[in-house]
Amino acid sequence: MNAKTIKVDFLARVEGEGGLFVRVRDQRVTEVKLNIFEPPRFFEAFLRGRKFSEAPDITARICGICPVAYQMSSCHAAEDAFGVHIEGPIRELRRLLYCGEWIESHALHIYLLHAPDFLGYEDVIQMAKDHPEAVQRGLRLKKIGNQIMTVVGGREIHPINVRVGGFYKAPSKQQLKGLTEDLKWARDAAVETCRWVSTFTFPDFQRDYEFVALRHPDEYPLNEGRLVSSKGLDIPIQEYEQHFAEEHHKHSNALHSALLERGSYFVGPLARYNLNFDKLTPLAQKAARTAGLTATCRNPFQGILVRAVETVYACDEALRIIAHYEAPDKPYVEVTPRVSIGHGCTEAPRGILYHRYRYDDRGLISNAKIVPPTSQNLKAIEEDLSEFVSARLHLPNDRLQWQCEQAIRNYDPCISCATHFLKLRVERE
Amino acid sequence: MAAVRKPKIAVWKFASCDGCQLSLLDCEDELLSIVGAVEIASFPEATRAVVKGPYDISLVEGSITTPHDEERIHTIRRSSKLLITIGACATSGGIQALRNFKNVADFIPMVYAKPEYIETLSKSTPINDHVFVDFQLRGCPINKLQLVEVLNAFLNRRKPVTPAHGVCMECKRRGTVCVMVANGTPCLGPVTLAGCGALCPAYDRGCYGCFGPKETPNTTSMSAGWTALGVTEPELVRAFRSFNAYAEAFRKESEAHER
Repeated sequence: MNAKTIKVDFLARVEGEGGLFVRVRDQRVTEVKLNIFEPPRFFEAFLRGRKFSEAPDITARICGICPVAYQMSSCHAAEDAFGVHIEGPIRELRRLLYCGEWIESHALHIYLLHAPDFLGYEDVIQMAKDHPEAVQRGLRLKKIGNQIMTVVGGREIHPINVRVGGFYKAPSKQQLKGLTEDLKWARDAAVETCRWVSTFTFPDFQRDYEFVALRHPDEYPLNEGRLVSSKGLDIPIQEYEQHFAEEHHKHSNALHSALLERGSYFVGPLARYNLNFDKLTPLAQKAARTAGLTATCRNPFQGILVRAVETVYACDEALRIIAHYEAPDKPYVEVTPRVSIGHGCTEAPRGILYHRYRYDDRGLISNAKIVPPTSQNLKAIEEDLSEFVSARLHLPNDRLQWQCEQAIRNYDPCISCATHFLKLRVERE
Repeated sequence: MAAVRKPKIAVWKFASCDGCQLSLLDCEDELLSIVGAVEIASFPEATRAVVKGPYDISLVEGSITTPHDEERIHTIRRSSKLLITIGACATSGGIQALRNFKNVADFIPMVYAKPEYIETLSKSTPINDHVFVDFQLRGCPINKLQLVEVLNAFLNRRKPVTPAHGVCMECKRRGTVCVMVANGTPCLGPVTLAGCGALCPAYDRGCYGCFGPKETPNTTSMSAGWTALGVTEPELVRAFRSFNAYAEAFRKESEAHER
């Protein structure tokens, strides 16, 4: 009997509900399915008829882990449609808020969700018994990310202060200065995180991925840039739907996104890093090199290390913004709705998050499309698993299952996001 | 006397954004003390280890939207001594309850090319429509300090201290000038349950109802106040139809302005 199956009914330490199914026959992987059974919630459908100004607060509820990403992409889409471009301190405040979300989300994933895989624990609670200092460092780092979100956004989950055109109220210079000391500690802690994570053992694995991320001439990408890839894609975000499409598979309540020309692709920290290494601050670059990375990294298991490098960057960038901040005269720019289509694409902690809306003359949404990062990585995850399992068939099942789960967590998948459901573009039999 | 056994706590998820269970992980200062005082028996977002029930406390996030989940909640109730629902999805059906106001037969083909792949109910409903709930903690998201208070209270066999009054009281306590009276900004504060700390008015914006209706809310009077400020009927309908759209007081008021 040469057939075996690996079945994980309920994937743990990911955000949302999913399972894994791998079928192996005659020493070959014949089937890999990432089952997504998170219930669909129909966001695009009920966004119809809502006002442009409601989209940031409504779409934030797609994901409690990365609400800022949804607020940013929906704001940028409305501003794109209504011909407004945000500059100056409001733009800086948005980057600061996003840095808070990156620090919080990356610290959560590194310390609470992924490190236990590398160190052989079922969870962070068990890990804390043997590694109390590391866990406390992770929790404090996470808390400082949350503090930024609270000061700029009002609260850490589903911030209340974001609106199309800017913010309801801008924080004072004093309020932001109050974050400085903690952020300096956080920056040191992030550098230490790089060192700590670099001591982990990384399975030897890489594939010829197509990395996709934003790229901006002046900065490491958060809110703006062109969409570029490691295989030559270079487009304005408005052309996204000419190059990417979603497929619906029976085993998944989340759509799988693909590049029309070349199929699967990879978004998130590893993609951003490979496409934007030159835009990292000197300290972040140094932390990467000290941890043994070069400007190119194709091993998805080292994604945890790249997240640590991005955390150094986010602390550095937050400190820069706070040091130069002067409160704007008015916290937002007025927008005037018109019949139009708007696009927004920003870098959520897990990768690019694309929004597109059609508005009527009163600014009501007549059509919406949202493509979260996890939908875009699902194809790459399944391909990773297929190749990864093929080379490790000699391992006992429990060991193999552990490593498969670890391979999925490389992508920090957010299944709640991926299953809010998208309008279908392509079908596959 | 038998050795003291740590109470077993399980965290369950239905249709939701994961934000309310994240609140537990967001208790950075309290997390290690909490997990020292209890046994986390099932919490898939945080651990792959699962301890068998029965559980002393089950925290339930999310609303019921699929036939499978409709069954699953009964299994969870049977294995839980205390069942506490957390967040707007679990206590009122959440933002996904906006489907309840539409005909799902029209709704599904609008979104799905292959509806036969999808199993979903026509309505998104709160947990207490299906099983007995011992305590409901409201909010979108919940306030993590209230979550710590609720856990603390149940572990020490006392009643949790959570307010039943409205956001207006929190503004007064905080010293925030009323945005509706002073600036003419429409605000749901007069009818919304306290718990967030009256955040929005402190940020120069009107409350948008994350915690759902307070005890005995006068929604009719509040709507009249909004109308006097120039708010239209469709805008009133939308204001009551967000994260707690299916909570009775908000549902009735939104329907009153749809006629």
